[in-house]
Amino acid sequence: MTGRKEIARALLPLVGVVILLAVWALVNGLRLVDPVLLPSPAATFRTLWEGMVGGKLGVDFVRTVVRTISSTAIAAVIAIPLGILLGSSEKLYRSVEFLIDFFRSTPASAMFPLFLVLFGVGDRTKISVAAFGAGLVILFNVAYGVMNARKTRLLAAKVMGASRTRVLFDVMLLESLPQTFVGLRNGVSLALVIIVVAEMFIGSTDGLGQRVFEAQQLFDMPGMYAAIFAAGALGYALNLLFLLIERRFVHWAGR
Amino acid sequence: MTSAAASMASGLVSGFDESRRTAPHVTIRGLSKRYPDAVIYDNFDFDIPRGKLISVFGPNGCGKSTLINMIAGLVPADAGEVLFDGRPLSRVKFGYVFQNYREALFPWLPAFDNIAYPLKLMGVPKAERKRRVERLVAHLGVKIDLALYPYYLSGGQQQLVSIMRALIVEPEILFLDEPFSALDYEMTLFMREQLQRVFMETRTTTVLVSHDLEEAVYLSDYVLLLSRHPARVVEFVPYDAPRPRTDKTLTESSFVATKAHCLKLFQQEVRRG
Ligand SMILES: Nc1ncnc2c1ncn2[C@@H]1O[C@H](COP(=O)(O)OP(=O)(O)OP(=O)(O)O)[C@@H](O)[C@H]1O
Ligand SMILES: [Mg+2]
Repeated sequence: MTGRKEIARALLPLVGVVILLAVWALVNGLRLVDPVLLPSPAATFRTLWEGMVGGKLGVDFVRTVVRTISSTAIAAVIAIPLGILLGSSEKLYRSVEFLIDFFRSTPASAMFPLFLVLFGVGDRTKISVAAFGAGLVILFNVAYGVMNARKTRLLAAKVMGASRTRVLFDVMLLESLPQTFVGLRNGVSLALVIIVVAEMFIGSTDGLGQRVFEAQQLFDMPGMYAAIFAAGALGYALNLLFLLIERRFVHWAGR
Repeated sequence: MTSAAASMASGLVSGFDESRRTAPHVTIRGLSKRYPDAVIYDNFDFDIPRGKLISVFGPNGCGKSTLINMIAGLVPADAGEVLFDGRPLSRVKFGYVFQNYREALFPWLPAFDNIAYPLKLMGVPKAERKRRVERLVAHLGVKIDLALYPYYLSGGQQQLVSIMRALIVEPEILFLDEPFSALDYEMTLFMREQLQRVFMETRTTTVLVSHDLEEAVYLSDYVLLLSRHPARVVEFVPYDAPRPRTDKTLTESSFVATKAHCLKLFQQEVRRG
């Protein structure tokens, strides 16, 4: 009894997917939309499959993954220690808060021309703009995580005789972990957006953004849909990956 | 006079100062503290007796927490001096138990490591830490799975872990600020017994802030009654029923009389304000 209920519950998220595919197949089958603009689900997923296993789409997918991960890694390596430093002194954070908020609100795409001048056309520009955007998001979250560390917990460590450095490493750092992961998840999503846009418009020869753009130029609609789905799957997988890491390392979050 | 002289003499002979056994443990002199809108303590003097459990009781906001926080160094005093057998706080091992156990324990550490954390700060090696926690657990007869993270424990169990964390360093004095007020009634009764047991086992000088007069009298050797701020000692009420005290104690005439006396003083104090 309960077993069947559990299976039903697990299958629930698939309902939306099935409905979407059914509507899509129906629209396609009844020719409600020009099939050149909207190919059949079967044709689209065949293109996706063939492209991903051994085709060019797979190569582009990997390129985008590498760029997104590198920019997020660079952002994290710089922003996490900096965020801890800023967060551990409220005065320090307040003195740069406006700058962080300002650049966090500036669309990263507006920075492309500047970074193009600095780094030229190539991976360095794409990765550094994405790292810049993701870094600010991570920095902001880490600093807030450290600043909002529970006061009682800090006091508890203090009465037990912990030095300032001990308090920082044993308490503040761990207290800020849940917020740090929020920053990392938002950061990697933003990095992916920036990388895909950069691949479309900044003289790229590979990557998912370039793939979507090129398919559109060639009017290869199945190819374009396939690339869009690949990008969606990538974004979803990255988010899921960070969530799983978070569950494992921050088991106490929200308890 | 003569007995004092005799103990002095024997102290000189044996190298053990007999007077220390009866001398106050903590001496508070000229303690002053003001916040922008109120003077909480003005030239406050008090002696905390050694090896006794004292309860601090008084009107809301009179400065009970402020007192133990100043003694424990959590809140700086504006003026005055607190000495433990003549030594400053920095040379004293003490334990402190917060009301809010959920925010005082470290959720990223299992209960066992929470208890052992103060030893880690002291640089005690891991094997020794384990041994000492196990000894304390056996000593107190605690039956909690300490491999669990705090958030899997009940409120009372978490507070018991907090108390053990405070006791693990073998403190010479233990402070508790309304340690049971976030627990339900059943748990509170259970935890009173636990605390009494800890005290009987260790005879550590204990200062308990309580907002429950029954609890304050039941657990303590003395009740420190404070006035509205600026806080003065209204009376330092002794209560010397033998331990272990039980449910029966609550109906004994000495208990009822002591509680009634404290209540009368408390109500006078509240009306005065
Ligand atoms: N950080 C602070 N800034 C300003 N006023 C404070 C501060 N901390 C405490 N007070 C005031 O000092 C007084 C004493 O506070 P304290 O917390 O010691 O009282 P208490 O006796 O423990 O009260 P309660 O019964 O509520 O626990 C209160 O009137 C409180 O409002
Ligand atoms: Mg209080």
